Amino acid sequence: MELDFLQFRDAVLYPKRRLEAYVALGKKVIGCFPPYVPESLIYASGMVPFGMWGAELEVAQAKKYFPAYICGIMQTNIELAMRGVYDGISAAIIPTLCDSLKCATQNWKYAVPDIEMITVNYPQNRQSKGAFEFLYHQFQKIQEDLERISGNKIKESNLKKSIDIYNTHYSVMREFLDLCSFYPAEISPENRNYVIKSGYFMDKNEHTEMVRNLIKDIKHIEPKRFRGIRVITTGIIADSPDLMRIFEENKVSVVMDDIAHESRQFRTDIPYEPGDIMGCLVQQFLDLFACSTLIGGKISREDHIVQLVEKYHADGVIIILTKFCDPEEYDYPVIKKKLEEHHIPMLTLEIDKQMSNYGQAATAIQSFQEMIRL
Amino acid sequence: MNEIITLGVDIGSTASKCVLMKNGNEIIGEEVVFIGAGTEGPMTAFNNVCKKANINKDDIVFIVATGYGRNTFETADDQISELSCHAKGGTFLFPNVKTIIDIGGQDAKVLKVDPNGKMTSFLMNDKCAAGTGRFLEVMARVLNIPLENFTEMALASTKKIEISSTCTVFAETEVISYLAKAVKREDILAAVHRSIASRVGNLARRAGVEEDCILTGGVAHDKGIVQALEEYLGIKIQTSKYCQVNGAIGAALYGYQIYFKEKGL
Repeated sequence: MELDFLQFRDAVLYPKRRLEAYVALGKKVIGCFPPYVPESLIYASGMVPFGMWGAELEVAQAKKYFPAYICGIMQTNIELAMRGVYDGISAAIIPTLCDSLKCATQNWKYAVPDIEMITVNYPQNRQSKGAFEFLYHQFQKIQEDLERISGNKIKESNLKKSIDIYNTHYSVMREFLDLCSFYPAEISPENRNYVIKSGYFMDKNEHTEMVRNLIKDIKHIEPKRFRGIRVITTGIIADSPDLMRIFEENKVSVVMDDIAHESRQFRTDIPYEPGDIMGCLVQQFLDLFACSTLIGGKISREDHIVQLVEKYHADGVIIILTKFCDPEEYDYPVIKKKLEEHHIPMLTLEIDKQMSNYGQAATAIQSFQEMIRL
Repeated sequence: MNEIITLGVDIGSTASKCVLMKNGNEIIGEEVVFIGAGTEGPMTAFNNVCKKANINKDDIVFIVATGYGRNTFETADDQISELSCHAKGGTFLFPNVKTIIDIGGQDAKVLKVDPNGKMTSFLMNDKCAAGTGRFLEVMARVLNIPLENFTEMALASTKKIEISSTCTVFAETEVISYLAKAVKREDILAAVHRSIASRVGNLARRAGVEEDCILTGGVAHDKGIVQALEEYLGIKIQTSKYCQVNGAIGAALYGYQIYFKEKGL
C-alpha cells in the first residue's frame, strides 16, 4: 500500500487557493506570523487562522524596509504582502518575540497599509508573577480586536470548543510525528513536512481528520528496513522541499524534530480548567519550553534535544540555522557544547529563504551521512 | 592474486583530478586538468592518467567520483563526498593526522579524523569566496602575477599591510587601492596570504584544530599560504606533493574498499 500525501502537498504548494476559497465562502482569515499566536482565540471568533512563515523567493520590494542582514521569514512575509499574495486576509497578528519581529510590526504598517496588523507582546520573563497578568491583558486586547473584525462575540462556549479542537489537533500531530520514527523508509522528510505545514493553511478540524486517516493508513503497513541514518532536526523552520529531497537522496530520515515550525507547535496542550478560559490560553504560553525565542521552561532546549536523540534512537542532530536569526544564533554554542559532551554527531546547515542552490548543503549532508555510516 | 586497480576522480570547481591506485596502497598515476565540473576536464584527466600509467581502462575494477561534480561523472561506479575522501586520502598520506584543512577552488573545509582515519566532525566555509582558491585567482588577476609565482613574491615581502578577510569584493577594492598608492606587490601579496590564513584559520579554530595538521588542495602548493597559516595558528602545517590530488586518492581508496565489500571478500 502506497501512502498518499497529495492532499497535504497541494495545500502547501497552493495556499493562495485555500485563502481565496475561505474568502469566497464569506469567512474571514487572520494571518499568523511565527512563532506563537493564540490561534484558538482566532478560531473561537469564527475566523480562520492562516500561517505566515514566509516563502522561498527573492526579496525585491520589501528590501526598502530592511537592512540586508535580517530574518528571511519576516522579509518574505512582507514581500508577499506587498505583492498582494495576502490580499483577502482581514488582519495579520505579529508576535514580538525577537528584535526582527518587533521591527516587522512597524514595517508592516508602512509597507502593507491596507491590512490591519495586531501585535502580541509576550512577557519575556515568563517566571515572573506579573507575566500571567500581563499576557492576560494582552489576550483580552486581542480578543477585542478579533471580535471587532469578525463581528462575533467570543463566548466561553466557543473558546472551550476551540481549545478542544486545538488540543485534539496537537495530539493527532504528536501521534503522526511519533509514527515517523517507526517508518523512516516510508515517510520521507519532504512528505513529513507537507503533513505538518499543510495544517497552517487548513481548517484545524479538516486537517486533524486528514492526518487521522493518514495515521490509519500508516498503521496498516509493515515498516521496511531502513538503511540510512536517523536524525533529529532543530531550528526555526526546515520546509524547503529541495532541502528535504537532499535529505531523502542521502537516506537521512527525520525521526523527530525540535523545529519551531513543526513539533514546538504541538508539544504543549492548552490546560483547560472551567471558569477562566482565557487564563488557560495564557497558561499554555507560560508552559511552552525548549524554544530559542522563549526564556526558561521546564527543560532547556539543549537537554530536550539530547532527550529526543535518546528517545528516538537518533544517529545525530542536524542544526538548521536560519540565517540572521539572533535567538537561534545565541542558542547555537550552548547546543553544540551539549551535543559534544554527549558525543552526539551534529551538522549545522545555515539556510535562508532566498537560497536558490543547495549544492554546499548537499555535500555537507552527504558527508554527515557518510561520517556516521562509513 | 591479480593487481587490483582502482581510480579516484575528484571533480572540483576549477580542476579535475584523477589518481590510479594499485592494491589500495600504491599510487601508480595522477593527473590534474585545470577545468572542473561541467566541462570535459574529468574525462580528459581520466584518459591522460590511464595513458601515462599505461593502464587499460578495462583493468580498472572500481571508479569512485568525488568533488563538486561527483554526480555528473557517469563512468563512476559510486560517488562519495569530498570530505570523506579527503579524510581517507589525508590519513593515507599522513597516518598520524588529526586535522585536515582543505582549501578548494570555491570552498574551504576543516576535518577532524580519529586514529583510524574516520572523519569525526567537519566544518565548511559559508558561501563567500573569501578564503578559497577563487580568492587567490581574483587577486592574481588584479595584481597581474601568475599563481605559480605567488610563493616567491610573497616571501620577498618586507612591509606588513592588512587586507580584509571578510569579502572577496571588498578585498579586491583594497588591493586596487594599495596598487594606486604604489604599495609593493610583494607586500600586497603577503597580505592576501594572511587574509586567507585568518579566514581559514578561524574556521580551523572553530573546528578544534590540533596537530598533526595537514593542508590539502591546490592552494597547498603555495608555500606563502602554508607559512601564513602556520603563523596564524601557531602550529606546524604539513603538506604533500600529492596535496592537490588528496581527494582523488581517498576516492581511489574507497573504490578498493567498496570493491571488496561488494565482492563479499
